Amino acid sequence: MANTRTTPSGTPTNVTQKHTRGGIGESTLRPDGTLKVTGEFAYSSDMWHEDMLWGQTLRSTVAHAEIVSIDVSEALAMPGVYSVLTYDDLPAEMKNYGLEIQDTPVLANGRVRHHGEPVALVAADHPETARRAAAKIKIDYRELPLVTDEASALAADAPLVHEGRDDHHAGHVPHPNIVHRQPIIRGNVEEARKRADVIVEGEYTFGMQDQAFLGPESGLAVPGEDGGVDLYVATQWLHSDLKQIAPVLGLPEEKVRMTLSGVGGAFGGREDISMQIHACLLALATNKPVKIVYNRFESFFGHVHRHPAKLHYEHGATKDGKLTHMKCRIVLDGGAYASASPAVVGNASSLSVGPYVLDDVDIEAIALYTNNPPCGAMRGFGAVQACFAYEAQMDKLAAKLGMDPVEFRQLNAMEMGTVMPTGQVVDSPAPVAELLRRVKARPLPPERQWESAGEGADVRALPGGLSNTTHGEGVVRGVGYAVGIKNVGFSEGFDDYSTARVRLEVINGEPVAMVHTAMAEVGQGGVTVHAQIARTELGVTQVTIHPADTQVGSAGSTSASRQTYMTGGAVKNTCEHVREALLEMGRRKNGSYHPAWAHAELLLEGGKVVTDGGEVLADIADILEDEAIDLELEFRHRPTVPFDLKTGQGDGHVQYTFAAHRAVVEVDTELGLVKVVELATAQDVGKALNMLSVVGQIQGGTTQGLGVAVMEEIIVDPKTAKVRNPSFTDYLIPTILDTPTIPVDVLELADPNAPYGLRGLGEAPTLSSTPAVLAAIRQATGLELNKTPIRPEALTGTL
Amino acid sequence: MDFLRPASWEEALAAKAEYPTAVPIAGGTDIMVEINFDHRRPEYLLDLNRIELLREWEVGEEVTELGASVPYTQIMENLRGTLPGLALASHTVASPQIRNRGGVGGNLGCASPAGDSHPALLAAGCSVEVESVRGSRLVPIDEFYTGVKRNALAADELIKSVHIKNATGPQQYSKVGTRNAMVIAVCGFGLALHPDTRTVRTGIASAAPTPIRAKAAEEFLNAALEEGGFWENGKVITPSIAKQFAALASAACNPIDDVRGTAKYRRHAVGILARRQLVWTWEQYRGTTGRPLEGAA
Repeated sequence: MANTRTTPSGTPTNVTQKHTRGGIGESTLRPDGTLKVTGEFAYSSDMWHEDMLWGQTLRSTVAHAEIVSIDVSEALAMPGVYSVLTYDDLPAEMKNYGLEIQDTPVLANGRVRHHGEPVALVAADHPETARRAAAKIKIDYRELPLVTDEASALAADAPLVHEGRDDHHAGHVPHPNIVHRQPIIRGNVEEARKRADVIVEGEYTFGMQDQAFLGPESGLAVPGEDGGVDLYVATQWLHSDLKQIAPVLGLPEEKVRMTLSGVGGAFGGREDISMQIHACLLALATNKPVKIVYNRFESFFGHVHRHPAKLHYEHGATKDGKLTHMKCRIVLDGGAYASASPAVVGNASSLSVGPYVLDDVDIEAIALYTNNPPCGAMRGFGAVQACFAYEAQMDKLAAKLGMDPVEFRQLNAMEMGTVMPTGQVVDSPAPVAELLRRVKARPLPPERQWESAGEGADVRALPGGLSNTTHGEGVVRGVGYAVGIKNVGFSEGFDDYSTARVRLEVINGEPVAMVHTAMAEVGQGGVTVHAQIARTELGVTQVTIHPADTQVGSAGSTSASRQTYMTGGAVKNTCEHVREALLEMGRRKNGSYHPAWAHAELLLEGGKVVTDGGEVLADIADILEDEAIDLELEFRHRPTVPFDLKTGQGDGHVQYTFAAHRAVVEVDTELGLVKVVELATAQDVGKALNMLSVVGQIQGGTTQGLGVAVMEEIIVDPKTAKVRNPSFTDYLIPTILDTPTIPVDVLELADPNAPYGLRGLGEAPTLSSTPAVLAAIRQATGLELNKTPIRPEALTGTL
Repeated sequence: MDFLRPASWEEALAAKAEYPTAVPIAGGTDIMVEINFDHRRPEYLLDLNRIELLREWEVGEEVTELGASVPYTQIMENLRGTLPGLALASHTVASPQIRNRGGVGGNLGCASPAGDSHPALLAAGCSVEVESVRGSRLVPIDEFYTGVKRNALAADELIKSVHIKNATGPQQYSKVGTRNAMVIAVCGFGLALHPDTRTVRTGIASAAPTPIRAKAAEEFLNAALEEGGFWENGKVITPSIAKQFAALASAACNPIDDVRGTAKYRRHAVGILARRQLVWTWEQYRGTTGRPLEGAA
């Protein structure tokens, strides 16, 4: 696969330490890679404990209802059942949890607000017994009217999903069924509209995507002798879980000890609590270890999804192709509980213009409370939905102006110095036009590749693939482009920090660094990168990565493309302090032997202290002897501020990140089936600490974007608000035959504010991939296609 | 749940007679999903995996006898020449792992309208050999599917094998799904030319309560081919014949709207597949393409 790495002129990346084997910039291999591909890796669902019980959750079968009665007697009477818990059994005064707004009941309190809401828990000595017992719990529901969309949520007589709201958004939202509203007003749209020679409008719909991580929610809670609990769990942020778990257990945080267990993917879906509290409650109630593992069906109800959205956009442009103004309204369906909805609103609004220069904008984004499944964090987080819509608008404008869609985008592309609609100045490289140039300059993949075999048609290269639906009949090629902008790190004034503990000591005569953080390794490669950073900063080859737990300070969330920047930055920062402490020790012990100790800039390389001229002063091991340097320090990115609630102004984001895609598709225009042939991408990553991981992230994000372009959607029945396809039979994710060649072009333009100049990268490819595929399908079919994912019905007029 | 493990076919028949509610299980690719998702809790499972004869096949002069448990992988690898339609259908089943376990017996036993082998079996023409302690009988495939997920088996009967007519002409199978592999059928279509009898047969999946044949389309095409002397002169099928055949195949459908697709789309897609397959098979029959247009191996 043709991956290229180029560093055009820009701010040079500043690296203080010289090269150490296995350090940053090398494609060192994941420590868990072989285990994972051979099936040996222990995921959280593989855990086992002597005498453990199995927990089972009973979930609501209806979306909105009053619970008239719950009868657990039959379940409790079953042999093998140790405990059945309902709301009445919750031990603490605090009975709710939530990422930002504590609106989610641990177990339903007299009312369920969405299909699949937890109502009761069972612990039994066998998972099947637990399942059967849960089925014997009798719940009498009295169904209530449903809120399923904006019209029903804001109707005059709309039932309130949450009554008596007192959260910090309650005061400024126009209706209690709106979680949060963020307008952004800049310039004067009415005036600017007068300059427009063309105006295009569009109404876009983004379907509900699932993270579809392969390792279902699972964990093991072990009651402690001190009345506390040890929880081993797959999550994205141990300390955020801890803050939500301890209060509802009625325990101080130090009595809830959490350790990360093997995580099988996350993509935002593990930011919220799933089985954590339930397993702890059952463990404390039975005084036995309790394991909970969701099956695939339950997993679809066990975590939040990507917000489905309706987006209305108006753009204007002059006849020479300059954007004049943009007006948009983004309605996100947050479902029954808030989860990350407020932050998703902030992102959707502040990134709604895309990577373009636009001085006159009028933006409004809201998230609704409805009785649909709760939605929250997923890779791309609000920016994905917006990108799908504004990129469709760019193509419409270019078409109306008779301009090339790439040239039109380049003409309006933002760059360093551009002012965002929030008033924030983009103060590091923003190579939007260059990324587009690169994907466009690539040669196109050859046409009619299915004929290359020479005999018959190779159906693998055709729409329909192995299903053998066409041998070339009806197939039309299309090419489409898109580019996107995503923020990195937690925004809007959030105190976003990471903690790293680093211990340097001599083991068997060799200096060894131990890196201890609470970072959730969810597949992103943090465990690889942390070791690389420690090698580079401390000049040692032996690095041990301590298991992630809550015995060290918070590492923040593995989300928002932030972990290499933040916890990687924290590891770098602590290593620098350890290095200083080591050199100080060296000066104290050996300073008198060589004048360089006092004067020269000293480096750590190959286990030794060397001068910048390369002269060896001492072995690290000889300096340390039997002492250890052990530091735990916090690291923060530069502060941000909240967006003004009326104007949306404020330096709300930490860093911006950009990717562009060119999609080449073959569409069977008669059957409405699509084969994505190639998804070429270019992305600026600031500095690639590990190119193999970088390319993997970009290809993975690109594929997840492809999924929601052509197949991935949770279908909720609007009449019942029930999920219709909670299985991998009917919720489809791309297979390798759906995944095209993904050539990756990596730019490294350093951000001077970031560790090593790096730029968070995990989410950006998920943004532009989807609209690029849609644009290509539009070109192939000539259809407008305002909804994603597209279905064969939409391409064949058979809806 | 009791797990019955007969060591021989005779023991299996005896067990089924004794426990008529027992659910036979071979590859388990359907049953285990139902059990895991708690959609089904059979009182007894009747494990057929120790019965070697169910995994055997025999290619005869005119008919291939295919054991109920012969995995799809074996069909793809060994029977592509004699049962090309079924081999193509086998290749569209799920993933390689599932194809190593699953076989035609399970498809017939579950009788889901979405089963991949049904259109190929209907188009090829076959009989299902079912047996009980009372004796054995051959059920013509046209009489086998009796309702949604129901078949002609009596409570004490087990599926032993399928007697499938060896191909005497080109056969095709296609299914529509919204993914390029590992996808359940939104709809499926199979077509077999039978030059020996100068007839064609079809099969449709997932577009009616049971797998069905498009009989009116077959009759129309049989007549049109006969009338035009096509079987002898090997002329190109006229667009109007292909169009009418497709329209009649569409009309044979009686589909529903569900989460996988609309009824309208299913009708539309079956028509497209019928037209394309007619061209593919007929062109192959005419010998103009030299080699069969097969799915990639």
